[in-house]
Amino acid sequence: MKKILSLKELSERNLGLAGGHRACAGCPFPSIVKMVLSSSDYPVVVANATGCMEVTTTIFPYTAWPVPWIHSAFENVAATIAGVETVYKSLKKRGLIKEKINFVAFAGDGGTYDIGLQALSGAIERGHNFLYVLYDNQAYMNTGIQRSSGTPFGAHTTTSPAGKVIPGKMQERKDITEIIAAHEIPYVAQASPSHFGDLIRKVRRAFEIEGPKFIAVISPCVPGWGYPENKSIEMAKLAVETCFWPLYEIEYGVYKINYKPKEKLPVKVFLERQERFKHLIQREDLINEIQKKVDEKWERLLSLDGKKIR
Amino acid sequence: MNFKSWRDLPEGGIIKNVPTSIYFKTGDWKSKQPKFIKEKCTNCLLCWLYCPDCVIEVKDGKIYEFHFDFCKGCGICSEVCPAGAIKMEDLR
Amino acid sequence: MRIKNFIKHALTGNEAAAYAMKQINPDVVAAYPITPATEIVQIFSKYVADGEVDTEFVPVESEHSAMSVCIGASAAGARVMTATASQGLALMHEMLYIASGLRLPIVMVVGNRALSAPINIHGDHSDTMGSRDSGWIQFYCENANEVYHTTIMAVKIAERANLPCMVCMDGFIITHGMEVVETLSDEDVREFLGKREPLYNLLDVKNPITVGPLDLFDFYFEHKRSQAEAMLKSKRVIAEVVRDYNTRFGTDFPDFVEEYETKDADFLIISMSSAAGTIKEAIDIKREEGIKVGLLRVKTFRPFPYEILREKIKGFKAIGIMDRAESFSTMGGPLSIEIKASLYPLEKRPSAIDFIFGLGGREFTLEDAFKVIEITKKLYEGEKLPEFMYIGLKGE
Repeated sequence: MKKILSLKELSERNLGLAGGHRACAGCPFPSIVKMVLSSSDYPVVVANATGCMEVTTTIFPYTAWPVPWIHSAFENVAATIAGVETVYKSLKKRGLIKEKINFVAFAGDGGTYDIGLQALSGAIERGHNFLYVLYDNQAYMNTGIQRSSGTPFGAHTTTSPAGKVIPGKMQERKDITEIIAAHEIPYVAQASPSHFGDLIRKVRRAFEIEGPKFIAVISPCVPGWGYPENKSIEMAKLAVETCFWPLYEIEYGVYKINYKPKEKLPVKVFLERQERFKHLIQREDLINEIQKKVDEKWERLLSLDGKKIR
Repeated sequence: MNFKSWRDLPEGGIIKNVPTSIYFKTGDWKSKQPKFIKEKCTNCLLCWLYCPDCVIEVKDGKIYEFHFDFCKGCGICSEVCPAGAIKMEDLR
Repeated sequence: MRIKNFIKHALTGNEAAAYAMKQINPDVVAAYPITPATEIVQIFSKYVADGEVDTEFVPVESEHSAMSVCIGASAAGARVMTATASQGLALMHEMLYIASGLRLPIVMVVGNRALSAPINIHGDHSDTMGSRDSGWIQFYCENANEVYHTTIMAVKIAERANLPCMVCMDGFIITHGMEVVETLSDEDVREFLGKREPLYNLLDVKNPITVGPLDLFDFYFEHKRSQAEAMLKSKRVIAEVVRDYNTRFGTDFPDFVEEYETKDADFLIISMSSAAGTIKEAIDIKREEGIKVGLLRVKTFRPFPYEILREKIKGFKAIGIMDRAESFSTMGGPLSIEIKASLYPLEKRPSAIDFIFGLGGREFTLEDAFKVIEITKKLYEGEKLPEFMYIGLKGE
């Protein structure tokens, strides 16, 4: 199986959300979906958690999904896809189905870090064969930008507003990739739509492996982060270039950094372009704290690069 | 998709004959529209990849057509184009 | 009068349910242990481990995930079952509505147990009464034998009606009480059930569908009306399946309501589940004393058989209703409220009294049953009594 597909090959498959869905103008998750679905060599069945992706793409009677798709509730996409996959496994065992099908669960940070963490943890512990793609826009965006445990330190959200006394969210975000990696599943990765070749390679690698796979994809949000609607891909790129969102993978316990920026930009370059961090401009101390954390995490990854940790 | 009565609805609330969003034209969201300058295009396909709304049609690895029915005027295509082949124009 | 030869076993309710599940041989069982239904899951796991079933058993990490896995599996066209009780049922509450909204024929055995707080592991109906609006078909079984047969019938009923179905039995009283259960052969069960023909199938990749979309205010009402129609139609399905079962196997299970000694009765007791069995005993004894009392046992609670009850209660002067749940309406338990609503259109309505009993596994003894009959008799004789009272409660 080819590791990577060219955009021409991807365009021939052209499997993604159809036009007419109601995601915000400039939202990057449709291109993430396109990359994931088109990277599969076999039919895909998708489960989606409640959230932006689910709500904007399936308003009855309109659906933008060209593949079998199910949504049941907010916190259980991993359990829902596990149910579908279990039937497939059973039919395969009994020789009642021959074709290979890939199972993908899409969820936002809401349905993954917080309310959905239990179901995800349970499903991957049981070893179901599916790929979980987290589209991380770093807050509960669909309901109007409320903080999640994936919201970064210092960010303004409606439930962690930047006020006169408290300057935004004062807790560090959970490192979801490491939490999932600690479950010791065969493949865990962080990716960005800005680095599409890397994302496609990761998805294809994941589809090759039997068992639970997890890819966290940063998904900038026009209204939630506060930037012009044509800049989503640029925002994702900046997140990677500042090492705010490093691109790495952990395959069978071996860490590998996939992209080391030639020139690591200061995190301020990423923060100052977004409304949600605007209030930090006067707060050098907080920006330094953020930079320190970014550097610590990056140093840690550098020290783990190439090593088998789990 | 003509559901005049509850009796017409598919049982279980499912949607068949997907995708049906193509019948919902989001093209009226936009205030700017991309203008494609074909001579400058190198067919890198980045605009196709990043367009959120399935506006850009690719045929044989080449940019073929823009379906403005769905275009929300976000301008990502213009932004990611390395060859300056897409310029956003105001519609008013 | 038996047409087929049954095999007699001594089984508890849990064992009977697990044995029925074994013979049903569902494609997927996703379950989480909870007292008093734990054993069903345990026994079934052993069948799986010993290769006695083809079922894929998914040992989920919570009841919410159990129902979620069941929903995913059922949407993929499989025959799916699970079992739970009390807190577990409450935890999966949102998923119950989703399962019925998606029209998935999941069959769930429930070991009726009280809901916290305070935490109590013993039998009452508060758990399934709490889910009575969830759009699930609900059966309440009197004994282990009925649990076994009802579980099998439930699979066919669910699949024909395309609605999920709960088979309920009193926690500990039935789940852990050993009784005579007469079972069918594996082939009988297989032949009776046939294969599931799903309304839709996610794994049919050539005909992709979207399951579980968002409805705005322009379609939700219509979708729910459609679901209500399914519940209405399920009444015919239940009647047909039970009739077919009884004909095939020589049994005489009630479809909606069982009548006991009602023909010449002066007044009626209306009950559900195991307490009905105790009432039957009490009726036999009281009849020898010359008291003409009869029993109506409500087997199917959802869809509520209001027409049948209205017809059978019409003409009676007094009824005593028994509720093993308190729904805090301040006017009696849930069964009494639904019965009273059924009788409302009648020109002449009987006097009614509701007895709330047995909460948290409080034993309902033969003496309590005598009390119920005696008090209802007083009502029949014209005495003025409160609308409801508690039986077996300390301080009352």
